[in-house]
Amino acid sequence: MRFGFVRIAGMIAVLAVLLAAHLQIHAQFGWSAPSPDSASSIPSAQLLQPEELNRLLHTKGAIKPLILQVGSHMLFAQAHIPGSEYAGAGARPEGLKQLEDRVAPLPRKTFIVLYCGCCPWSRCPNMGPAFRRLREMGFTNVKALYLADNLGIDWVGKGYSVESGR
Amino acid sequence: MRADASTRSATRRQLLAGLLLFACFAAGARTVFGGDFLLNKKAPEFTLRNLNGGRIDLASFRGKVVLLNFWATWCAPCQVEMPTFAQWQRQYGPQGLQVIGISMDDDPALARKLYAKLKLNYPAAMGDEELGKQYGGVLGLPLTYLIDRKGIVRTRFQGETDLNTIEKQLKALLAEANSPSPYPPSSPR
Repeated sequence: MRFGFVRIAGMIAVLAVLLAAHLQIHAQFGWSAPSPDSASSIPSAQLLQPEELNRLLHTKGAIKPLILQVGSHMLFAQAHIPGSEYAGAGARPEGLKQLEDRVAPLPRKTFIVLYCGCCPWSRCPNMGPAFRRLREMGFTNVKALYLADNLGIDWVGKGYSVESGR
Repeated sequence: MRADASTRSATRRQLLAGLLLFACFAAGARTVFGGDFLLNKKAPEFTLRNLNGGRIDLASFRGKVVLLNFWATWCAPCQVEMPTFAQWQRQYGPQGLQVIGISMDDDPALARKLYAKLKLNYPAAMGDEELGKQYGGVLGLPLTYLIDRKGIVRTRFQGETDLNTIEKQLKALLAEANSPSPYPPSSPR
């Protein structure tokens, strides 16, 4: 009986230590669910890899998506994915309004690809809000182009073509 | 028979000339992205309006080691780096460091606001797509170049970079105080 009590108390103590360590690590490194504004909040099933989009753009007869850049206009002016349009910065209210105005008349099943590439994926402030807004508007076929570091490294650096101009 | 051969030869020459013309056009129209082509070459010159008034002329910093940092208010990693760059400006300024910030924001008002909030102690200006292209395309931030005392681009840091790595390179360039750069300057732009 006594042995059982000591054993249970010991187990509780170990669990308490583990919980405390977990909470400390959590607080120190900020390991938590991604913020709704983070690109990391976009479900992985909705991500499109650069290779896939490039293949799609070069496949004859494939249904071409509407490609919208939702980041910096200055970056867009330097280089953007051929055929894509600038649709406003997702992190800013006026940017989201621009995006809304662009897609409002479209059928909700339109295949749309969003991309930004301003900075590392987990730090991108634009993709999360833009993606969420399209879903809220009822768009059911939206993909987010996964650019892990930025457009320069993950698109241009892979040899995929770009256009410049506003 | 001979006339046919002559016609074929002329057609071939015209085709070749056309191809050459197209190749020249394509090469001229292409923007070189990546920025590595700038390494060990003269840094592209610029004169820009300082966010705080006055002008920033890159050439006027010849003789100093320039840390040229492209940033934006929407770039979270940039905002981690910038206070450290301000600290380096204080620490290494007397040894010849000059930090210059180039904002790639679309709205100058946002850049000014962040510049004031971070209490930056180095000059900063608004960039544009032309400057971006000259520096190999600023297609993602942060992006930092180290330019030596002779005005030669020596290192390029694309994306989030360990600040210790940048500082190590920076100190090496500052140590080159009076020794000549091993790299010949490229032809003036």
